[in-house]
Amino acid sequence: MKSGGLHYARRRYTGHAMMALSLLAALAAVSLLFWILGYVFIKGFAGISLDFFTKLPTPVGVAGGGLANAIAGSIIVVGMAGAMAVPVGVATAVYLSEYGRGPFASAVRFVSDVLSGVPAIVAGIVAYAVVVTAMGRFSAFSGSVSLALLMLPIIIRSSEEMFQTVPDSLREASLALGIPRWKTVLKVVVKTASGGLVTGIMLAVARVGGEAAPLLFTAFSNSFWSFRPDQPIATLPVQIFNYAISPYDDWHEKAWAAALLLIFMVLILNVAAKLYARRRTH
Amino acid sequence: MAAASILLVAALVVYELVSRSSPTFDAFGFAFLAGRRWDPVSEVYGALPFIWGTFYTSVLALLLALPVSLGVAVFLTELAPRWLKGPIGFLIELLAAIPSLVYGLWGLFVLAPIMQATVQPFLAKYDYLPFFTGYPLGLGIMTASVIVAIMIIPTISSISRDVMYTVPETQREGGLALGMTRWEVVSKVVIPYSRSGILGSVILGFGRALGETMAVTMVIGNTPKISLSLFEPGYTISSVLANEFAEAVGKLHVSALIELGLILFVISIIMNSMAKLLLWRMNRYSAGTRL
Repeated sequence: MKSGGLHYARRRYTGHAMMALSLLAALAAVSLLFWILGYVFIKGFAGISLDFFTKLPTPVGVAGGGLANAIAGSIIVVGMAGAMAVPVGVATAVYLSEYGRGPFASAVRFVSDVLSGVPAIVAGIVAYAVVVTAMGRFSAFSGSVSLALLMLPIIIRSSEEMFQTVPDSLREASLALGIPRWKTVLKVVVKTASGGLVTGIMLAVARVGGEAAPLLFTAFSNSFWSFRPDQPIATLPVQIFNYAISPYDDWHEKAWAAALLLIFMVLILNVAAKLYARRRTH
Repeated sequence: MAAASILLVAALVVYELVSRSSPTFDAFGFAFLAGRRWDPVSEVYGALPFIWGTFYTSVLALLLALPVSLGVAVFLTELAPRWLKGPIGFLIELLAAIPSLVYGLWGLFVLAPIMQATVQPFLAKYDYLPFFTGYPLGLGIMTASVIVAIMIIPTISSISRDVMYTVPETQREGGLALGMTRWEVVSKVVIPYSRSGILGSVILGFGRALGETMAVTMVIGNTPKISLSLFEPGYTISSVLANEFAEAVGKLHVSALIELGLILFVISIIMNSMAKLLLWRMNRYSAGTRL
């Protein structure tokens, strides 16, 4: 052991150093998370008030006001996107998991995987090309289309994963009772996996709810209340962006408050999904 | 059948992007890719500054993110006690859940001033390197790259972690039995074993970096410039889309922007397919990897 001790010492030293670096990397990543979240919480709290949730935005220089219309707008746009993407996504996942064999199914799976990596802004361009040019103006509906494009691959993948966790014995038991295939799928497979489906949908909502890029030139923005799908509508993310790049301190404060609200929503959906998933596995 | 709809959607995406960008393609052809001038007023469009900005920031982000991400993955698979793995992994995945906008906000009001006041003046001492020339503005290539790096750390580290988990325990034990240190097991056994999966995660992270929009738009300075300097402002494909699309009125202008979108789409499809194929191949070796 004594001879070659130096070499061994160097190896041990490198080993410890590299492991320390890896610990440091993990610490750095986690502390970045807390830095960003902490900063948003502190800055955002200052701007949160009842007015923030109930009043319309005010022009520059006029104090007060809130982002009530943008909050409602986000809910409307994301809701409509979900109404489009969820049925199609879940149906596609049913097909992939229960019927999908052969090259067509692989193609579907591959395309949906690849689409999940398409930049959000490209989804915005497609919605612009299809809906905005057809209608001749920016609209809440076109914003929903772009978000639905982004949600679809996420929902397909998570739902398919959920369907595959349903044990085959359940399917077989149902089929053995003489229940037709389609009814088995609907009443046994989908029902058993429904909790997991909800988790997947929550994560998809969390993902697109904070998306601004495709909404900039589809849903556009609006300083007033709007509930019509064929008119431009304000959304939280776009409002944050417009406020952030403005030179006004008051607007910056509102941007931080809106960011806090957004982060809050994302965190709640993520943690809920995580807890839900854990409860299911126990 | 609903499943066919996703194929239709994909076909629609391709069709719309291609057909709507044809006016610029007819006007400029492939010179569009090499043109350095972007001038909506005189209707001259060249994409090179945006392509440059997109790749430059993404490559820099990857260089910054890769060591950290691998460190995180190694920590999570080899070093962390069992009770810590879950929570830390979850926290790092939360980094991916933070909306791009919030990164942008933080980058604009927190990171950029730090860069301008401390980091860049320090680096400016090395101005014999082309990377550190010019005025330390804060907003520019450097801040954008750092933000994007933070955003792709979760992508690379969580997939690398999943891949490293699939390395059989016997491989590690074999290394340890030969008298290797923990680090030697990582560098000579675990990483080589999972290299194609790690490569897949890196390509996926790079793809994400290329398409990153809001955060980059808010901190890059939005000036179509081709420069090696990290202090200079730049422009990326996605940020010019974010800034100009809503206001574009000229037919050629819209079409030029859509062609930029098409370029972005094609690049990200190529990156994604490559990553998927690598991860699939990995999957065939060892079942159990997600993605």
